[in-house]
Amino acid sequence: MAILSISRKQFEKDIGKLDEKMENKVAMFGTPIEAITNENIDVEIFPNRPDLLSYGNFKNSFLAFLGKSGKTGLRKIKIEPYNPKKNYEVIIDKSVEKVRPYTACAIVKNLKFDDNKIKEIIDIQEKLHATLGRKRKKAAIGIYPLEEIKLPICYKAIDPDRIKFQPLEFPREITGRQILSQHPAGREYGFLLENYDMYPVFIDASNEVLSMPPIINSHKTGKITRETKEVFVECSGFDLNILKKLLNIIIFSLAEIGGKVYSMNLKYGNKNIATPDLTPESMKISLDNVNKLLGLNLKENDIKKCLEKMGYEYKNKSVLIPAYRTDILHEVDLIEDIAIAYGYENFMPKIPQISTIGEQDKKEVIKKKIAEILTGLGLLETSSYHLTTIDDQIKKTELKETNAVEVMDSKTEYNILRNDLAHYMLKILSENVDVEYPQEIFQLGKIFHQESNIIKEKEHLSIALAPGNFTKAKQIIDYLSKMLNIKFNIVNSSKIPGYFIDGRAAEITFNNKSIGHIGEIHPKILNNFKIKMPVALLEIDIEDVLRELS
Amino acid sequence: MTQNNKEIIESLSPIERKIMPYLKEQNFDLVIKHSGEDRVTALRALEFLNSKGIINLHISKKKIVDLGTNGIFYKKKGLPERQLLHLIEKKSCSLEEAQKESKLSQNEFRAALGALKKKAMIELKNGKIMLNSPKNEIAKKTLEETFIDELPLDYNQLKPEQLFALNNLRERKEIIEIREEQIIKYEVTELGKQIIKEDLSSAESLIEELTPEMIKIGSWKGKKFRRYDVISQVPRIYGGKRHFVSQATDYARKVWTEMGFKEMSGELIMSSFWNFDALFTAQDHPVREMQDTFFLNKNINLNKDIDVKVINNVKQAHEKGIVGSKGWQYKWDEKTAEKLVLRTHTTCLSARTLSKADKNKLPQKYFAVGKCFRNETLDWKHGFEFNQTEGIVIDENANFAHLLGYLQEFFKKMGFEKIRFRPSYFPYTEPSVEIDVYHPEKKIWLELGGAGIFRPEVTTPLLGKAIPVLAWGPGFDRMLMDYYEIKDLRDMYKNDIKQLRQMKLWIKG
Repeated sequence: MAILSISRKQFEKDIGKLDEKMENKVAMFGTPIEAITNENIDVEIFPNRPDLLSYGNFKNSFLAFLGKSGKTGLRKIKIEPYNPKKNYEVIIDKSVEKVRPYTACAIVKNLKFDDNKIKEIIDIQEKLHATLGRKRKKAAIGIYPLEEIKLPICYKAIDPDRIKFQPLEFPREITGRQILSQHPAGREYGFLLENYDMYPVFIDASNEVLSMPPIINSHKTGKITRETKEVFVECSGFDLNILKKLLNIIIFSLAEIGGKVYSMNLKYGNKNIATPDLTPESMKISLDNVNKLLGLNLKENDIKKCLEKMGYEYKNKSVLIPAYRTDILHEVDLIEDIAIAYGYENFMPKIPQISTIGEQDKKEVIKKKIAEILTGLGLLETSSYHLTTIDDQIKKTELKETNAVEVMDSKTEYNILRNDLAHYMLKILSENVDVEYPQEIFQLGKIFHQESNIIKEKEHLSIALAPGNFTKAKQIIDYLSKMLNIKFNIVNSSKIPGYFIDGRAAEITFNNKSIGHIGEIHPKILNNFKIKMPVALLEIDIEDVLRELS
Repeated sequence: MTQNNKEIIESLSPIERKIMPYLKEQNFDLVIKHSGEDRVTALRALEFLNSKGIINLHISKKKIVDLGTNGIFYKKKGLPERQLLHLIEKKSCSLEEAQKESKLSQNEFRAALGALKKKAMIELKNGKIMLNSPKNEIAKKTLEETFIDELPLDYNQLKPEQLFALNNLRERKEIIEIREEQIIKYEVTELGKQIIKEDLSSAESLIEELTPEMIKIGSWKGKKFRRYDVISQVPRIYGGKRHFVSQATDYARKVWTEMGFKEMSGELIMSSFWNFDALFTAQDHPVREMQDTFFLNKNINLNKDIDVKVINNVKQAHEKGIVGSKGWQYKWDEKTAEKLVLRTHTTCLSARTLSKADKNKLPQKYFAVGKCFRNETLDWKHGFEFNQTEGIVIDENANFAHLLGYLQEFFKKMGFEKIRFRPSYFPYTEPSVEIDVYHPEKKIWLELGGAGIFRPEVTTPLLGKAIPVLAWGPGFDRMLMDYYEIKDLRDMYKNDIKQLRQMKLWIKG
């Protein structure tokens, strides 16, 4: 979850008093308040609006939403055009094509950095890396002090052993390959490069390495300080369109703190591209579609106003989209923004007069009946996790043969899907040895079974009685079959789970098919679970029962 | 005899009458001894007499330190360290030899070694165990051995050296058992003294239990019934009950069906296709990482279960977009969609339902209630399983105002009168909305769940046409925790029988 933390003082100075009404407005803009103190207000930024991750951009967009004059409509900043004499150029070498093919760049001057602003810029970068950049995989941003760089810049991929520079906050010069194992950023993001023969680098005209994207900048040419007045900004990655927008988000943020933006010429072979590119995209919108989807009766002028509050421009049934918006894929995305501008609180909720027939799942109805029968006998229903531990499922029950289905990379010791309910019933009894007896419990739920590499999910029923004996358990199954008007058969079998006492357990069949077992639990298993009461237990697969009854 | 004393005598149970003659000595152990009753029965009788004002009963507790199972054994055979000492006294041997010859278990051996090292009675040199103190010193009983001989002892009266020995032994497996013992004292009251003097034989003809036999032959006639102490506490009983989560999910089912929704059901294990791709969640979306979602290291063959047209439509929606959408602009990979996951939301059921819905029979309304999963740690506010409920409305004329109408009605039935809607984001809905409910006691807005209208990139591939589908999928656990006043998420699955027995029923609606 991405959070934008705003100083309360700054907010109240730029936007207005942060009272209950204002708090509500912030939430209604689609940036819910996560935390609020006397110093700070933390708002959540949803993944579709990375452009709001910098305070400057948030402030401007929110003021527009509030309808502040001069703030609505498309935001424009001036870009100084490319001047061939000044070498504001980045040459993209063919070698990057297979590693990290694209970059979008800009130069920003007239900046006054203080510690807070440096922190803010680093913060925006980090957040954009985490969100839109997909942890730097899709896109990464670099910002460099222009004073330390000799233009033009070259973006190319070279042999990692031949890359040599002092990475940011590192004591000495090392090679590109060494960065992956020695620098903290290398260890974290190294996997993004380690499978390539060549690593991408930005190199300036005096052959100085600026950075090795998406891992790390150079300490010498890639560190913003309070002395920095002019910066070179690059975004590298795999989708030029996204990179351009990412660059625009940064540019708008830097412009907000007084930066003057200069265009750069990107030489992709014979092709020249100028970035930043703030040309708004245009998308058609139909008033009918808006009103139909929202259930409103807006006029053209209404949607024009709404769109302007959300930073768009509306002209001739078309919408101009700000060049930093990454989330507008379809007309519905515009319609949502119209709804936000209209105010979610202003909609009149209504239920249409349509007739449909409600119906519960038949199997669920039968399961509920079974539960009712058992609670009628005084049994208590329990509910356990579908995931379980090897210790409970296999070791304590001493079941040697299980084909447990494992889940990958579980964050807890619960890393297999439960194979039966029985072990959970015993676990529950073991965790309640201090509670008054008798403890008579049941559970209905799914278990997972692997059959020739196919995982099957089956509804099971298990009952455990403590103290309990075979007769008592059999009485319950007899009663259940009578109430459900079906026939369970208790038969002798050689295939009884090892956790029962031999000779005091049986197989339960239904329609001549084995569906489970019933019996008294062996004291060695009770010992494993530290249960000091005799336990009778049964477990059956109720899939066929549910099918027959529904 | 006063009337009062007479009634008291008539209310004495046989067991109370039986111990009455032995009360005078005011010693519980003697009462047991002379009456021949067991401890529990005698104590119950005393409690009855106490409530009748015949005696004043004082029950206090004492911590007794005694031998555990291993302790009893060691008292006979000697502590493992003594056994080890005997061995080393004969010859110094290596660690392996010592363990083998001493026949101690690995745990015992380690404990013995530790204990002797701590006392500096041995030392390890070149992997050999050597005695480190004179023989006469070794022959003496250690503090622990003396302590074991002295048990049982009152915990509160342990001397410092006994406490020291206790702490050393306590860490080791089942040598020591500390149990609580009841100390029972009483004195006979003035009233008691009078009753004791009375002739109790008149009470012997009182009817104790009315039996079917007595009713049949009429032997009760002309006799009196022993009076009961109708005020006294009776042992608690508990009824059978549904688990509280089941009670609530059953209620949710009732709410949905009342509103005309039909239940969808399905597996907990889903292909990524239904869980993510069909819901327009790009394949590089962070939710699709193992960090967040449980993957099963297994794939299914999509083409086997799913109409190839649907697969191709979904692919197109992701890659280039569909019905005027730009799509996510990347190469969609079928193999990625084939990975099996534990469903992260019940919305996957909605997607599958849409792919099967009969477009000629609209409107249709469906719901689901069920377990969902995410790869999370386990603590008071996190868990890897949660309950979700989900509803969809497929209706050519459905719109956002309708969505809010359904939501308002649904949450009202779930017991939340004051709700608010605010903008939100989900990859598969647009517009999206979050539902906050107002908590009147805590005076805060609680976030209860997301909703929205499915994006055309979701509906078109599945339905073949961009029909509006309203969808909402509130998490259920928060409502449950609020209702049952559960603070710790783990309590939802703890199966604490005491808690389950005492928990109130779900009464709503």
